[in-house]
Amino acid sequence: MRWLLVKDLQIMRRSPLLVALLIVYPITLALIIGFALSSPPGKPKVAFLTQVPKGRGKVHFGSQNIDISSYTKDLFDSIQPIIVHSQAQAIADVRSGRALAALIVPADIPEQIQSLVTTGVGSPTVRLILNTRDPVERQFADQAIQARLNEVDQAVSKQVLRVAVVDLQQVLSGGSIQFLGQSFRLLGLRDSRTLLRRVIAALPAKSPLRAELSKVVGFADLAIQGLAFASPVLGSIGTPLTVDQTELSGRTTPTAIYAVTIAVIVSLMLVTLLLAAGMLALEREEHAFARLVRGLVSPGALLAEKVVLAGGCAAAAAIVMAAGVSTFVPLEWSRFPLWVVALVVAGIAFGALGVAIGGLAREVRAASLLAFMIALPIAFIALVPTAAVSSGLSSVLDGVAFVFPFKPALEAANNAFSGTAPGMGWPLLHLAGLAVAFGGLARVAVRRLA
Amino acid sequence: MSASAATRQATLAARSLSKRFGDRTALRDVSFEIYPGELVAIIGPNGAGKTTLLSILAGIQGPSDGEVSTPPGRKVGWVPQQPAVYSKLSVAENLRLFARLEKLRDPDQAVERMLDQTELRERSDDEVGRLSGGNQQRVNVAIGLLCEPAALLLDEPTSSLDPRQRERLWGFIGGLAGRGTTVAYSTHNVVEAERYADRVLVLADGELLFVGTSAELERAVGGNPRDFEAAFVRFLDERGH
Repeated sequence: MRWLLVKDLQIMRRSPLLVALLIVYPITLALIIGFALSSPPGKPKVAFLTQVPKGRGKVHFGSQNIDISSYTKDLFDSIQPIIVHSQAQAIADVRSGRALAALIVPADIPEQIQSLVTTGVGSPTVRLILNTRDPVERQFADQAIQARLNEVDQAVSKQVLRVAVVDLQQVLSGGSIQFLGQSFRLLGLRDSRTLLRRVIAALPAKSPLRAELSKVVGFADLAIQGLAFASPVLGSIGTPLTVDQTELSGRTTPTAIYAVTIAVIVSLMLVTLLLAAGMLALEREEHAFARLVRGLVSPGALLAEKVVLAGGCAAAAAIVMAAGVSTFVPLEWSRFPLWVVALVVAGIAFGALGVAIGGLAREVRAASLLAFMIALPIAFIALVPTAAVSSGLSSVLDGVAFVFPFKPALEAANNAFSGTAPGMGWPLLHLAGLAVAFGGLARVAVRRLA
Repeated sequence: MSASAATRQATLAARSLSKRFGDRTALRDVSFEIYPGELVAIIGPNGAGKTTLLSILAGIQGPSDGEVSTPPGRKVGWVPQQPAVYSKLSVAENLRLFARLEKLRDPDQAVERMLDQTELRERSDDEVGRLSGGNQQRVNVAIGLLCEPAALLLDEPTSSLDPRQRERLWGFIGGLAGRGTTVAYSTHNVVEAERYADRVLVLADGELLFVGTSAELERAVGGNPRDFEAAFVRFLDERGH
């Protein structure tokens, strides 16, 4: 087997495409994934038109003014604004593709907000124009703008509520207000009630005013109780619901690490399948298979050599890729030996599947095509979330995923990279079983090669 | 069989060989012997069973019935129709690989010997894929000879060669037989069988119809055939093939 391995490595060394596949491919992929996962999302270009005249963006509420134009800069945190000066220009920018969307703030938005906060009537509306040519870009722009608008909406609401709460407190407890540069003391309900009680106590016992003033004190009591209750209620409206999150299955894998694991296993699978299937089919194409198995090498040893070659090369490439990505995404280097174990065992299982494909296809081109045709669906099926499909279909997909190495390879590598549950034992055992099964299938298939 | 051959021990003997693939019978009760230094051509129409017979003699597949015997401790070399060599490896690397797989005591010495025998020393570092068809076939034959076999089996060795390359290859094979190696080859080219073979085996529809020299086959059909090819065709016609 050693000499066959040396021979195959010599052949690979003289095939620039294969060398590129094994060296450049994982490094390039690692860099692309690393940059993609570590870079913040880009800002969509949005044509922005505000029709609110300068200095007219203030809403008066209680004792304070809120300048809604100050919230524009918050919106610009999420978009790359293209300031336009007319609706026609905004629409033209979206049509031409210069902007993904246009956001138009109407001139009467301060009045609309004013009406809402003072009378509770109205629904302040801004206009969003989206380009529907590219559904992905459309969704990206829509989500970025909607999310930021919601934040602005909430910020304005909180500001209004804060003003309302402060004013209520002043009505209840009094305070000082600034007017024309001078400070005035404001009498609150509580102090008013105290004053009234003193006045009542000072009145003659038979005074008819006592009963009248006692009614006013009763009203003050009710108002104090009601407003004291209203104040914290108003404060809670800004954040009405808080989610207390509990995770039941121990540590979960960070999304970025899971994405890296998927990329590494997809690469491992493709390289292993293509190498194992291609190199076995090459023995047939070079007419050497019959000569080899005619007493020089047993078919089992020949298959094992291809599995070791493909699995080993692909595992090495996957380790290089994972190491490259780890400069962007924090993988656990302390678990490096487990990386090697997971990727080598996964490589062997994929290698066994690859030689089965190579044995069935017999020609390099057919084997490569078949490897691709099998690889992509098994990766797709293994990645479909159980909750995303009906229970019947989920069982079918689970069954299909079970008989191919992608899912256990993903579980093993995921655990190796991040130490998350479940452990590596079962996935490794699963991979070993699949390696034996596909090795047996390959052994039957290569009988046809001779 | 010649008188001298009858007194020697056979290098290769087939006894009652049959091969069936499902309902189809590829070989039916084939028996013959080949002797040291003999050059034997296996001829017959397409589908006669020539390649099946050679592959059974080479041990690539087993017979359904019957047996093949060779001298104890000696190997049989096999040269497939298409060069079974690695086109990305050089001539020397191919020879060294197969010498190692054959577990020869001194692989490097075997490589040197074959480079000399095949006159490919000047091309030893060239990738086989860049050689002419004739030289590729020489490497193919050289690999079959690495283990110094008692008998060498060649499946249509000249089918893809031009006349000059064929001439050179037959010169080389003739030299092997002259040094005592038994050679059996299948061919479509009955002229090559007549010209280079000591004896011919005629196979048709899996049956061995004739074993003898080309002159004996011509005499067997009678009627003064124009040449050996005409005699061969008439022989098959007379036997209903």
